[in-house]
Amino acid sequence: MHMNDIALSLDTVWMLLAAMLVFWMQPGFALCEAGFTRGKNTANILFKNFVDFMFGSLLFWFVGFGFMFGSEGAGFIGAPNWGDLSFYSGDLPVEGFLMFETVFCATSATIVSGAMAERTKFSMYVIYSAVITLLIYPVEGHWTWGGGWLCNDASGSFMTTTFGTVFHDFAGSAIVHSVGGVLALIGAMALGARRGKYTSEGVSRAIPGHSLTLAALGVFILWLGWFGFNPGSQLAASGEVNRTAISHVLLTTNLAAASGGVGTMFLTWRKYGKPSFSLMLNGVLAGLVGITAGCDLVSPAGAAAIGLVCGIVLVYSIEFIDHRLHIDDPVGASSVHGVCGILGTLLTGLLSTSSGAFYGHGWGFFGAQCFGILVIDLWAAACGLVLFYGIKHMHGLRVDARIEDEGLDVYEHGETCYN
Amino acid sequence: MKRIEAIIRKTKFEDVKEALLRSDIDWFEYHDVHGIGQSRQERIYRGVQYSTDVIERVALAIVCRDHFVEPTVRVIAETAHTGEVGDGRIFVSDIIDTWSIRTGEHGDTVLRDKK
Repeated sequence: MHMNDIALSLDTVWMLLAAMLVFWMQPGFALCEAGFTRGKNTANILFKNFVDFMFGSLLFWFVGFGFMFGSEGAGFIGAPNWGDLSFYSGDLPVEGFLMFETVFCATSATIVSGAMAERTKFSMYVIYSAVITLLIYPVEGHWTWGGGWLCNDASGSFMTTTFGTVFHDFAGSAIVHSVGGVLALIGAMALGARRGKYTSEGVSRAIPGHSLTLAALGVFILWLGWFGFNPGSQLAASGEVNRTAISHVLLTTNLAAASGGVGTMFLTWRKYGKPSFSLMLNGVLAGLVGITAGCDLVSPAGAAAIGLVCGIVLVYSIEFIDHRLHIDDPVGASSVHGVCGILGTLLTGLLSTSSGAFYGHGWGFFGAQCFGILVIDLWAAACGLVLFYGIKHMHGLRVDARIEDEGLDVYEHGETCYN
Repeated sequence: MKRIEAIIRKTKFEDVKEALLRSDIDWFEYHDVHGIGQSRQERIYRGVQYSTDVIERVALAIVCRDHFVEPTVRVIAETAHTGEVGDGRIFVSDIIDTWSIRTGEHGDTVLRDKK
C-alpha cells in the first residue's frame, strides 16, 4: 500500500470516528433538555430529539447535501442531489463525508427543541425540523463550508476585496450553533411563555426541571461529543500538520469548556450568594459553543479567555432574555447557542494568533467575522420569523392549555416516561 | 384501639424507626409528606430566585391497643426531638374496629403482638 493511501485511510477513520462522537451529542442534548424540563413532558422532548436526527439523516442525504455542497459553492443554493452523491469530488469517501455533515446538520436542528419545550404541538415541531434540515441550514452552509461566497478566497471575490480575508468558522459557532440559537429564540418568542412562567405583573417564576442528574449527564456527554465536533472538523489526522492541529483543537476545546463553567460558577456565586449548578451546566456549553469557531486559530490562553467571556455573558444573557424580553427558553438554548455562538465567532476575529486584531493583524478579519455572522443570522432569523409565525397563523404552534397543564406525554403521545 | 400518627423530620426517621422496633412495634406504615407552612427556604433556579414554602417530612402511622399508646408516643417524642422549631406533631385518634384478612377475626385481639 502506498503511503498516501494509508494517510487517506487514517484521515477517513478520524472523520468517521468524529462523526460518531458528534452523533453522540444527540443523547447529550436529549438528556440535557429532558432534565431541565418537567417529568410530564419527558417523552415528548426525547421524541423531538429523535425526530431531529431521523428527519435530518433522511432529508440531508436526499437533498440537503446537494443544497449545501452542490454547484461548487456558486449561487444562493446548490442543486438538490436526490440521493445521488456522485456530484461530490473530494479526497475523502463521499459517503463518510455525508455522514460527517449529517451529524452537524442534525446538531443545528436539535438545539431548538429545548427552547420550545413543554408547549409545542408535536406535529408542528416535525415541520420545523424538516425545514431547518431541508433549507435553512443547507443554504447558509452552502455560503460557507459549501465553498460559497462567504468563504470564497479566490482573488477578486467579494470577501477578499472587501475585507482582505474570508469568513472563518472552523466547526460551526456561527453555521451550526448561532443558527440553531437564533431559531430557538424566535421559536420561543412565537410560542409565548409556558403557563405560569410569568406572574400577571410580568415577574419571572422558576419552573425547576425534573432532574438535574439527567441534565448533568447530558452536559458531560455533550462535552465528550465536542471532542469530535471540533477536532474532527480538521477532517484529517495524518501528517505533522494535521496531528498537531487536531491535538491543538482538542486542547483549546477543553480549556474553553472548563473556563466557561468556572466563569459561570464564580459569577453566580457572587451574584446569588451560592454557585448555581443549573447555570454552570449551561456555562460549560457556552464555553464549548464559543470556542467552536476559532478553536484552530486561537492559543490555549485565548481559548480559556473565550470560554470565560462566554460563561460570564451567558448569565446576563439568560437573565436578559428571561426577565426583560420575557421570552421563555426553558433550557437556555438561545443564550448558549445563539449569543455565545455569535460571541465566539466575533472573538475569533480578535484572538486569532495568525490574523486577529489583538495580535496586530488589523481589523480586516474581525470585519469579515462581523459581516459573516450578520448575514448568516439574518438569514436564520428571516426564515425563523416566516416559518414560526407562518405556522402560528395558519395552524397554531401551541397545544391547548389543558394539554400543557397535564403534560404533553399523555395527550400528544399517549404514553408517559415515568410509570 | 388507637391510631397514632406522627409527622417527624426526615433526618430523624432512622432513629425513630430503630426505637419503635426496639419497643416491639411489629408493624407501622410511613410515607413522605409535603407540608406547607410559614417558614420558607430561599432557592435559585437558572437565575430566578424564589422561595419555597414546601416542607418535607415523614409521616408514620401505627394502630395499637390502648395501653400501648402512651409508651409508643413517648418513644417517638423522645427520639424525634431536637428542640428546634419544626420537630413535628403526634396525633392520636380512635379506631372503631380492626379486621384480619387472613383469619377473618376482628376486634382488639387482632392487634395482639409480642407485648
